[in-house]
Amino acid sequence: MGVAKYTKDEKDRITDVELQSGIHVKACYGPEDLENVGFSYEKDLAPPGQYPFTRGIHAEGFRSRAWTTRQYTGFGTPEESNERFKLMIQHGQTGLNVAFDLPTQMGYDSDDPMAEGEVGRVGMAIDSLRDFEIAFKDINLEKIGSGLTINAVASIMLAMYQAVAEKYGFDPKKISATPQNDILKEMIGRGSWIFPVEPAVKLIGDTIEYSMTTLPRTNPVSICGYHIRESGATPAQEIGYAILIANAYIDNVLKRGYDVDDFVGHFSFNLNVFGNIWEQVAKFRAARKLWARNLKEKYGVKKDSNMYLRGLFGGGGYGLTKAQPENNIMRGAYYALSAALAGAQTIALCSYDEAYTIPTPHSAIISLRTLQLLMDEMGLRDTVDPLAGSYFIETITKEMEAKIEEEMAKIEKIGGITQAVSTGHIQRLVSHQAYEYEKGLQSGELKKVGLNIHTEGEQKDVELHEYTGESAEKQIAALKELRRERSDAEVKHTLKELEAGTRAGKNVMPYLVECCKAYATVGEMTMVFRDVYGEFQEPGLF
Amino acid sequence: MNTRPIKILVAKPGLDGHDRGAKVVAHALKEAGMEVIYTGLHKTVDQIIRIAVQEDVDVIGLSIMSGAHIPITERLMKKAKEAGIGDKMVVVGGVIPNRDILKLKELGVTGVFPGGTPFSEITGFITETATKS
Repeated sequence: MGVAKYTKDEKDRITDVELQSGIHVKACYGPEDLENVGFSYEKDLAPPGQYPFTRGIHAEGFRSRAWTTRQYTGFGTPEESNERFKLMIQHGQTGLNVAFDLPTQMGYDSDDPMAEGEVGRVGMAIDSLRDFEIAFKDINLEKIGSGLTINAVASIMLAMYQAVAEKYGFDPKKISATPQNDILKEMIGRGSWIFPVEPAVKLIGDTIEYSMTTLPRTNPVSICGYHIRESGATPAQEIGYAILIANAYIDNVLKRGYDVDDFVGHFSFNLNVFGNIWEQVAKFRAARKLWARNLKEKYGVKKDSNMYLRGLFGGGGYGLTKAQPENNIMRGAYYALSAALAGAQTIALCSYDEAYTIPTPHSAIISLRTLQLLMDEMGLRDTVDPLAGSYFIETITKEMEAKIEEEMAKIEKIGGITQAVSTGHIQRLVSHQAYEYEKGLQSGELKKVGLNIHTEGEQKDVELHEYTGESAEKQIAALKELRRERSDAEVKHTLKELEAGTRAGKNVMPYLVECCKAYATVGEMTMVFRDVYGEFQEPGLF
Repeated sequence: MNTRPIKILVAKPGLDGHDRGAKVVAHALKEAGMEVIYTGLHKTVDQIIRIAVQEDVDVIGLSIMSGAHIPITERLMKKAKEAGIGDKMVVVGGVIPNRDILKLKELGVTGVFPGGTPFSEITGFITETATKS
């Protein structure tokens, strides 16, 4: 997905290009286009590192700091994942991005009947602090930051991360975790939600509030336009919805009496890279500007560095094809190029075999090398915001800004983002767009190499990561042993405290840390929340 | 020909939350004239069977993206038999490697549609097969 719509005349000359967000691209751009869109250097650009940060958040871009490479990694048991983490670090990766299996993401222990067949399959299985002790063994948590791709139970995982850091003698004030922790986007796409909207957002507020004092280097929430786009949103909707979602989390914390400048500097974004390269670059630049303006004008943020849109631009999963899978290596390279051209803080790529399953070490390292190659060989660190000043790029960046604002206004008009998610409005809209998009691919109106042009007939499988039930058996055995060895009294006590705190509406984080330290399981802690909060009722599709 | 439209349950079994495919196919089936019931996410096999019985559907469609299609389908076929609807047509879609297609068919699945299968192929197959039975 992500290709634009092309209109051609009988001589195969392109007469119109319509980008996914509805912007029409012209054959040639000049100074008059900048004038038409009302472009002003001071207002729209300014130097890099200065408001509104269209050109990037650092004055010297990648010269002063290269982007972090952070491939999404984790599978099987904590032992297997630890080995893979270390392999990636050995190969020069500079951050971790931890993948959890579905039972962990959904708050079920590995021996829960709901977990059957899924333990360790799409990520690593984590039941208790003991598993984190294994997963992060011999990794310097004051040096390497960890993205924790978990949402509904992100509060539990963040507490566990603090507990493991303390166990290994690291200072919580020096560790840097980035739990994904964006539940509203889970309700739009990806689907790993558990609790209803209100308590789910409250839990996110708790992590933000707690991090301010206890985990000051942690980025407690990473707002994911990424999955919204994967579910069928346009690039303009991806950014518009992400900003509105971020605002919902800000509002929750403001209600507690904090100053926005105390915490918003630790928000980060996870945005998607597939599609038309110019549209992506314009999208990222416009996003930085709109986020900064949103914070300054709507929330009165004062400190410049709190207005930075710090982003992981990456993935591109929906852009990959099962057909001719090796082509996905090239796709990844172009996706990474657009992220680098647009000044990403972190880049991670889906690997070429991920249209099938989670990556092999071979394919994961190809993705890492793709990023290193751009960084060290192709000159992407030479100068900041290299496309700035292009008549074309500046014009469509302005046009993209207007499209994003339009999408935001539409949602505000129907009662705001939480309302639009609770009623299923956005879910229905993006799934309908996804359907129309799929029809475009199937009819050939939208072109995709290997899929509907330059096809090769019979598909062949590539070498894939194998899932065997063995890791699951080991994990379940380890969990049973843990249940025998830990102090039941302590577990019961800490869970009871957690329940009381949760019912009283207190910040749950200190209670969770105590539960983790007593080796309470993810399933046990989640069960407390399920009992108190209930579950999200998914709105209908049609 | 049946006089009533084919009634199909589009189900998302297990913990996998990737529902783009299921929703897109549900749209296509509806547009092809079928009566579509979408279960929503995180359904157990027992819940899916219960809905299939209650709604008296002609076809059960499973969408599985996590890679757990074999164990989930195995369980569903067993439970369907126990519930007395072992004769219902079952189709499976999702991230399905080629080598697993035969395995699914051996479990009794009538049609397997890996991601990217054209809608016309899916709706055509279901219309033809469900009308025959």
